Amino acid sequence: MMNIFAIELRPLYAILVPFIAAGLVYVLGEHINRNAREAITIVAAILMIIIVYSMLPHVLAGEEIKIRLFSIVRGISFSIGVDPAGMLFACVASTLWLPTSIYSIGYMRGNNEKNQTGYYAAFAVCLTATMGICFATNLVTFFMFFEILTVATYPLVTHHRDDEGKKSGRKYLAYTLISGQIFFAGMVVVYVVSGSLDFVPGGYITEKMLPEPWALLVFFMLVGAGIVKAGVMPLHSWLPAAMVAPTPVSALLHAVAVVKAGAFCTLRVVLYIFGPTLAKSCHGANILAGMAVATILISSLIAMNKDNLKERLAFSTIGQLSYIILGICILTPLSTAGALYHIVAHAFMKITLFMVAGAIYVTTHKKNISEMLGIGKRMPVTMGAFACTSFALAGFPVFAGFVSKANIIMGAISQGKIFFAATLVASALLAIVYLMPVVSISFRKNNIHPEFAEKGEAAPAMLIPLIFTALIAIILGIAPNAGLHLFDLALMAGNSIFQPLM
Amino acid sequence: MTGIEQFLADKGIYFLTFFLLSLGIYGIITCKNYMKKLIGMNIMQVSAIIFFLSLGQKKGATIPVLLEGLTNSDAYNNPLTHALMLTAIVVSLGTTGVGLALLTRIKEKFGSVEEEEIIRRQDKL
Amino acid sequence: MQHFPALVVILPLCGAALSLALTKIHIHLGRNVIFLSLAASFCMSIMQLRNVVLNGPMEYRFGGYALPYSIEFRIDAVGGVVVSMVALMGLITAFYCISGEVRTDKIKVGGAYSVVALFVAGMLGTASSADAFNMYVFLEITALAAYCLIALGGNRGMIAAFRYLLVGTIAATFYLMGVGILYAVTGTLNLQDMSVIIHQGGKDEAVLVALCLLIAGLGVKSALFPFHGWQPSAHTHEERGSAALIAGVMVKIPVFMLFRYIYFVFGMDYKYMKQVLIILGVFVGIGMMYGSIRAMGQTNMKKLLAYSSITQTSYFMLGIVIGAPVALAGSLLHFIGDAFIKGGLFYCAGAIKYKFGTININNFGMIYKKMPVTATLIVSGALSMIGIPPTVGFFSKWYIAIGAIQTGKYIFLVLLIISSLLNAVYFFKLIEKVFMENDKEMEDIRPVKKGELPWSMLIPMTICIAVIFLLGFFNVPLINIVLPLFEGVGL
Repeated sequence: MMNIFAIELRPLYAILVPFIAAGLVYVLGEHINRNAREAITIVAAILMIIIVYSMLPHVLAGEEIKIRLFSIVRGISFSIGVDPAGMLFACVASTLWLPTSIYSIGYMRGNNEKNQTGYYAAFAVCLTATMGICFATNLVTFFMFFEILTVATYPLVTHHRDDEGKKSGRKYLAYTLISGQIFFAGMVVVYVVSGSLDFVPGGYITEKMLPEPWALLVFFMLVGAGIVKAGVMPLHSWLPAAMVAPTPVSALLHAVAVVKAGAFCTLRVVLYIFGPTLAKSCHGANILAGMAVATILISSLIAMNKDNLKERLAFSTIGQLSYIILGICILTPLSTAGALYHIVAHAFMKITLFMVAGAIYVTTHKKNISEMLGIGKRMPVTMGAFACTSFALAGFPVFAGFVSKANIIMGAISQGKIFFAATLVASALLAIVYLMPVVSISFRKNNIHPEFAEKGEAAPAMLIPLIFTALIAIILGIAPNAGLHLFDLALMAGNSIFQPLM
Repeated sequence: MTGIEQFLADKGIYFLTFFLLSLGIYGIITCKNYMKKLIGMNIMQVSAIIFFLSLGQKKGATIPVLLEGLTNSDAYNNPLTHALMLTAIVVSLGTTGVGLALLTRIKEKFGSVEEEEIIRRQDKL
Repeated sequence: MQHFPALVVILPLCGAALSLALTKIHIHLGRNVIFLSLAASFCMSIMQLRNVVLNGPMEYRFGGYALPYSIEFRIDAVGGVVVSMVALMGLITAFYCISGEVRTDKIKVGGAYSVVALFVAGMLGTASSADAFNMYVFLEITALAAYCLIALGGNRGMIAAFRYLLVGTIAATFYLMGVGILYAVTGTLNLQDMSVIIHQGGKDEAVLVALCLLIAGLGVKSALFPFHGWQPSAHTHEERGSAALIAGVMVKIPVFMLFRYIYFVFGMDYKYMKQVLIILGVFVGIGMMYGSIRAMGQTNMKKLLAYSSITQTSYFMLGIVIGAPVALAGSLLHFIGDAFIKGGLFYCAGAIKYKFGTININNFGMIYKKMPVTATLIVSGALSMIGIPPTVGFFSKWYIAIGAIQTGKYIFLVLLIISSLLNAVYFFKLIEKVFMENDKEMEDIRPVKKGELPWSMLIPMTICIAVIFLLGFFNVPLINIVLPLFEGVGL
């Protein structure tokens, strides 16, 4: 009889908790009380944080946590386990679910949204899938949760049930399902040629198994699903379209869970299936890095022209996600650690920015930047948070974005890829160009929009979460290892991948 | 035996089978009257029965009822095909019965078993 | 235990014979006898499957005559799985039919249940039999019952039934002709015996004609592309209760027979098998696309599902065409899974018709609020059709895809993926209608009843949902049961 608190079972609990919460919300939400579903969500979020954090010391100590539950297909078991990279992503997702839930309450009630039961249930299922993606230890298990995430996000994108929502939903499905099915085909090919789908740090496919042109094809079949979800150009256009969803969805899913799942998928495929050697020799990594560079630059330029705040942030997300892809494709321990840490840093920064956008919308019903003249006077704390995280996103020292970018740049320079380093610096400047106008417009002294003359912050349910995440973004910049040792995790992951090669 | 007789004795039965089969299917496809279609179906089924029965025949053999002193198996026709076709006839009877029952009901509802008439009335009902 | 293979088939047959008479005594007596016989048949089929897995194939010779003179029922692992599936679907469908009873007329109630039981008995017999001619008889029993069930679906149903009767009889005659040629060549009707003699070679051309006739006949019966013409109208107009059985199970049985002929009678080393498989491969490839593309344009939910059936039959044939043991196991998984998916979706169509009197998907709106179980089944069925894990559809595709790569038939992998995506197009269209469309002309025609639907409909639907997921999660035991058998015959 296994101890039910055994460390091996904890990742399973982390997956099950939001799933059970989703079931409870769906069954009870309509019938008992609308407070019940929110209470369930928050309790589940807290439970999940406890479970995930309880595994952290074990992972930092280098223990291997892995459990095989049953055979999911012949020859492959449904197995979940924890490794540093997965742990890092799990920490971010679980930590951010709580503030987002609290924020959701304020947002959904303040906006009088319909279908809230379905919303909370689907949200919890998304978290289940994200946890599964973090803890999956082979590609089949990973793909299972990856597809669940695709499907579970669909009702959230189409939440408003209007024509625009439907259109975006279709677009979203077209991108993700096609790439998912191609991923499936690639996965089958990898299984047949190698006989295994377990993630191995440093990869396990050799050139013998997949000769030259096929390796590149399979590489992109697998990576395709990841870069679609991560919004790498030219496969990004679902992401701005999906911004029709309620803001908490944009905040957690389209800035953290879904897009990061895409980046994480790329990480797993490039470094845990193919491995740095093959990824380099088949030119996959180079091509992907080129795409990422193009995305970083182009998305920043597009972001400048967008007047709608959420759309501007969406394009900013596209660019920032490509930092992670670029960091992975540079193929050095340092840049990989930087890329992983950027998952953390970008999550806290971008969620704050989205929460601010949502708070502005609920309080003043303004969506466009040009209408926000002097809004800082009305909502100083909100816009203060926005300003701080804008600096962080641009990569100013002392803020979280600096740590990850510095590592990626160092990795690039150590490989002699000055061009990548230059791109990162240039994009930091571009980020200032597209985010600072928002700050300067909102804090303008003269020419204030008459509505903003009086002070009136967002509801506390929205304000508190966004202050919390903004503070973390700053703390992580000053002390990357504060609290959870997230930077150590990133370094551990980076070293474990490149250890076999040194 | 002349060439043509030889040919008919050897292969004629197959041509008859094939002819009946084609005739039946042709009837089912071209006839506009559902009753005629059903008759075509019957002709087609008969072709299969004849085909099977011809397989059991032997030259100079008698019906498969034991005769005194005749123990050579070559002297009897194969009884199995007859038994099989008895079953097949029952099946064909069943099919025809269901078909006729359906036609009766169709006639009641639509007042006709002509395809064009039925199609015209189908839209009204 | 040794009589189980026969009893599984005979019990529903007896039930069918008794039902009408017993209904004279009490309106529900005949029905209950049918339930009892189907339930007993299902339990025995499970025990029989267990026995087969533990002790190897079961052979049952009627009258105790020696082979090849006796009629034989032979249950191997594959047959056992299929028989259990048919028995379960038959049982839950009979249960589902309660909601469609015409309560005023005893004869109608008893007769309808008789036909359902006869239908199930015919399919069970076809799946169990190891005798070519016996299969024909059971196939025709199934078909006759099916004509009746389709005719019960109203005026248009009768026309559809009559047309299907003509086409079905042509198909049966083709099959009979094929068996005749095989009998002429081999002098036996027992499949195993036949297999031995065909393997000795000689007369390959005559056997080829027989194989073509079998493919044509069974292809028509199972609505395999390009023999599918009869199927959409028959599926659209059939009687509501039994639609699931006709669309979900009946069209699969001939494919299963074809599969047995190709792999267990003719075998991979038959001279022309490669060419036959290539031609079948072309049919399958076009059929997979054709069904999906036609389904996209349909507004009648049953017609949509009927066209989607053509695709699903092609998936099953795909495993046969690929021929690797894993692919065969995968297509068997799909075979079992799809019975519950397609059956379940037809239950949904029936339930929506029952509640609102329409199945035009353009009128659907907010069904998920009014009928949550139905909506759940539609979603899980749709996801399974597309192949989203952890539903069974994903795993069957996984095995088929592995087989395709192992044998180097990459084209089928590409087709499989394109076809899945095409499935996604119309199934998400359906989901969109169910969840997002605003209500148009959906009047509850049975507003008095409490709850979503009667229990007799909810239980079969819940079983379908459960099977879709359980078969997905626990597909490995099933694959392990059937794979050894396929390893002997596959490429």
